[in-house]
Amino acid sequence: MLHRFANPTRFLRVAAALQPWCVGLSLACLAGGLYLGLLRSPADYQQGDTVRIMYVHVPSAWMALFVYANMAIASAVALIWKHPLADILAKNCAPLGAGFTLIALATGSLWGKPMWGTWWVWDARLTSVLILFFLYLGHMALVNAFDDPSRGARAGAVLALVGSVNLPIIKFSVDWWNTLHQPASVLRIGGPAIHSAMLTPLLMMGVAFTLLFVALLLVNVRAEIAERKLRGLRLARAAEV
Amino acid sequence: MDAMGGFLAMGGYGAFVWPAYGIAAVVLGGLTLTGLRRLRRSEAALSMLADSQASSRTSVRDSAP
Repeated sequence: MLHRFANPTRFLRVAAALQPWCVGLSLACLAGGLYLGLLRSPADYQQGDTVRIMYVHVPSAWMALFVYANMAIASAVALIWKHPLADILAKNCAPLGAGFTLIALATGSLWGKPMWGTWWVWDARLTSVLILFFLYLGHMALVNAFDDPSRGARAGAVLALVGSVNLPIIKFSVDWWNTLHQPASVLRIGGPAIHSAMLTPLLMMGVAFTLLFVALLLVNVRAEIAERKLRGLRLARAAEV
Repeated sequence: MDAMGGFLAMGGYGAFVWPAYGIAAVVLGGLTLTGLRRLRRSEAALSMLADSQASSRTSVRDSAP
């Protein structure tokens, strides 16, 4: 039991040390990004002030993909090397990824109504992101659906890996199919097609969201390790009595 | 005051811009609060159980002949 948590113990020490730095840097980038994005950046010549929705919409959509990629990698590590920490990481990625995906969907809808004239279209980009949201929810439900947590973790890992086929579909959906959604303007061949007055706050918000995700993942993984130790101690105590 | 009103109006798109920021704040704030509460609860329960186990072990040892 002790050596099983030997690595998590080291992880806990590193996590506790990293966490305040992540939170502090995230808040600093958030303050800077909000200030530049809401007050200093220009309105778009076509989209007016609705372009300011971009500063929450695009970073949360990046996070929706980034968190899923993390979850899929952790799931692969869990399946191949059976490392308990990888299972815990994958499990605790899902609710955070679902949160970022929900923000991307809702803010996209609020941006679509004034600019496209509709809250929603069933095109490839929007539909594939909605599927991503359901993959996260499905993962959360599946992992907790078994009495034996290790069986739930294995089922969740398979789902996460199978679902990762959705990531390139989301990324390239705007190039492969006709859509109302605009194509990539930051991560594209030939460099960003966006002025630095808008790119700077966008990237600051991206860094803020990434660090917030890391901090929240660390908090939840620490909590999960404590919960598992608690369960182990209670079982050991029940066996003694 | 007019500058503030102009800022909040967002060029007539305030009804779309501010709810977008509001949703992001609610979701991320909610995830932060639930995460911190979860960590506080689990660590408190763990230290309580560890304490009670340590004290029960010492009492067993003390009562041993």
